[in-house]
Amino acid sequence: MNYGIVVDIRGLAGLADPEGLAIERALPSLGFSGVQGVHVGKVFRFSVEAASAAEARRTAGEMCDRLLANPVIERAEIRVLAGEEVSEA
Amino acid sequence: MIADIGIVCFPGSNCEHDVSRALEALGASTQILWHGADSVGEVGAVVIPGGFAHGDYLRPGAIARFSPIMRAVGDFAANGGPVVGICNGFQVLTEAGLLPGALTRNVGLRFICQTVECTVESTSSTITSRAQPGTVLRLPINHYEGNYTCDPATLAEVERRGQVVLRYRENPNGAMNAIAGVANPAGNVVGLMPHPERASDPLGAGTDGIVLFEALLEAAGAWQTVSRRSAPADAAI
Repeated sequence: MNYGIVVDIRGLAGLADPEGLAIERALPSLGFSGVQGVHVGKVFRFSVEAASAAEARRTAGEMCDRLLANPVIERAEIRVLAGEEVSEA
Repeated sequence: MIADIGIVCFPGSNCEHDVSRALEALGASTQILWHGADSVGEVGAVVIPGGFAHGDYLRPGAIARFSPIMRAVGDFAANGGPVVGICNGFQVLTEAGLLPGALTRNVGLRFICQTVECTVESTSSTITSRAQPGTVLRLPINHYEGNYTCDPATLAEVERRGQVVLRYRENPNGAMNAIAGVANPAGNVVGLMPHPERASDPLGAGTDGIVLFEALLEAAGAWQTVSRRSAPADAAI
């Protein structure tokens, strides 16, 4: 079966995120006040053939460990989609 | 003995000829090693030069570490062979797990191209063995992602073991502890953000890079002597 995967990559807590900080500082000048904790990350969307949702998640996890994320500076959050959701992935 | 130094070239590398020219000016012979090769041959040292290997897609060095030659570079390093990564090459070595930490975007989000002052810290690495500790070298940097980052425990360990080889006198990019270059615990694998090849000719950005490359040549010559002595081919002669 075909499973949609969404991988959300973000920097580890405590590491500098100069891009997020720059955006956070720009927002008040547009009138958006009270915005905090802006973070810029990365999202990967793809589909994989797998026997089960659990297998699809495991495969995506291995991809993160070996290529998609650098564990020294990033952490990955994986969502597995099925059925109608796949086309939206 | 003339040291023979291999310079790895990925699609997107752009400093390989600068490194070659600087090393040959010091008497070395060099060869460009294409990233698709599965061996580094009989070289005495490997340099991974600057540039944008594989377009820096995903993260700098993230895809380069899977190029076929990186397995051979890993074996060469594990056996004790001298390996130096400059700028993008430093990023490749951290992604490959041959050096601790990672290089992230400069604080201030500016691409920095300037000559900076670096202090030589440890002299027990393959590239700093000819310098005196505390010596200040003027070296060009040229990067967007040179902000050395690692977790606090790794940082403490790297400092404690004397793995910091170069430190910026004025931190240009937010690097933790102003680290400009680190070595592995054995000192045979080194990564640095500054470009010594651009400070190897009086017509360029000075000559302060020469003392680093002289050390590399010495290490490469020594490595070739040792590895040829122990090579099986010698037994047949």
